[in-house]
Amino acid sequence: MDRFAAFKWQALFRDWHILLEGLGRTASTAGLALLLSLALGVVFGVLATSPWRSGRAVSRLYVSLIQNTPLVTQVFFLYYALPHFDLVLPTPAVGVLGLGVYHGAYISEVVRAGIQAIHRGQLEAALSQGFTYVQAMRYVILPQAGQIVLPPMTNQAVALIKNSSILAMISGGDLMFQADSWSASTGYYGPAYLTVWAIYFAICFPLAQLARRWEERVRLSRGGEVSAA
Amino acid sequence: MMEELAALAQWHNLRFMAEGLYITLRISLLTIVFSFLLGTVLGIMRYSGHRLLTPLAAVYIESFRASPLILLILLFRFTMPLKPVNSGTLAMTLFTAAIVGEIVRGGLNSVDKGQWEAARSQGFTWWQTMRYIVLPQALRKMIPPLTGQFITVVKDTSYVWVVGVQELTGKGVIILGQHGSTIQFFAIFGMIGLIYYLLCLGLNRLGLWQEQRMSWLTM
Repeated sequence: MDRFAAFKWQALFRDWHILLEGLGRTASTAGLALLLSLALGVVFGVLATSPWRSGRAVSRLYVSLIQNTPLVTQVFFLYYALPHFDLVLPTPAVGVLGLGVYHGAYISEVVRAGIQAIHRGQLEAALSQGFTYVQAMRYVILPQAGQIVLPPMTNQAVALIKNSSILAMISGGDLMFQADSWSASTGYYGPAYLTVWAIYFAICFPLAQLARRWEERVRLSRGGEVSAA
Repeated sequence: MMEELAALAQWHNLRFMAEGLYITLRISLLTIVFSFLLGTVLGIMRYSGHRLLTPLAAVYIESFRASPLILLILLFRFTMPLKPVNSGTLAMTLFTAAIVGEIVRGGLNSVDKGQWEAARSQGFTWWQTMRYIVLPQALRKMIPPLTGQFITVVKDTSYVWVVGVQELTGKGVIILGQHGSTIQFFAIFGMIGLIYYLLCLGLNRLGLWQEQRMSWLTM
């Protein structure tokens, strides 16, 4: 198979720093986007279970708009919308924003399910002891929900890392983009793409296994069916 | 402002977008049908405990699942002698089949083991038990996650724009080149967003309806 000829691999390993730069960009983008999505996810997840009616409506609107349209369309929307408001952001920042908002919607569903899996009596007990709603969430409900939501949250992190390859579509300099532009200039697509696949696999497979093991543990420790996915 | 919208809403622009929608729908449909078939086979293989088939299915599922879809679309585009729209559909099908395989395995695992023993004791072969007893019951459990995955397929078709296939999002970006004023931009993306939204909502309804229709299978 000359698509994967040895000299093509040699050329790739000579230019290894190009992929390394891309990996760095992927890591920083995914890391920042994960923080943003966690923040959004907790806020909107708590809102979705709040006694406050318009809060629930806002959360529902956010989740349904974001989950029912493609990430690609959302990122292109951001990419082209910002200049209309005289805002110029570097492309990685557009990526962080787009990925954060997109996965925030999924994480908010995870958080909502986690909160609802905690028995309602816990909240009532905390409120009757003089906790405010926010305090009860902060000190009683969320710490317990944390254990339940850890596996689906990890799966979201894996999805986010994979989705950060969306940067390649807006020239964001991530791993996928670097491999793509390197192979466009050399014509050696096979080795570059396979190497990138191996890197993603090395990151995503162990994380997914970890999530699976945690899921099993949660199921055993709670002695029955828990669905926070 | 009205002139700008009128310039945008011309017949040839609408037809241009409709072509994109057609490509989005065609890729979605082909991917859903074939990934469902392949995924069911993979799920049964991984569930079966067979000495050879189970590890084979596991390797397939884990390798495809750990990859970004965009990478597969690019890889297939540049290493296969296919038209971009076909290599894109193939990449989406093989990728989605891995996820469907896991959904199928989860569904099979959720069926009580007693069902196997009961059927086998009545003289059903392994295959007959799978086909007539276990798989139908698993199918109902699989419908919610399958619906979610097929909605993801519709959304994921936008990734094939990366290899120049002019599906819905791609057409929108192209039209933007000639009609790029602020109001036109929002009109274009508003319309694209609305179409995806309605497609996803429709699929969601279809899933709920199917689940209800199969409620007689509840144990």
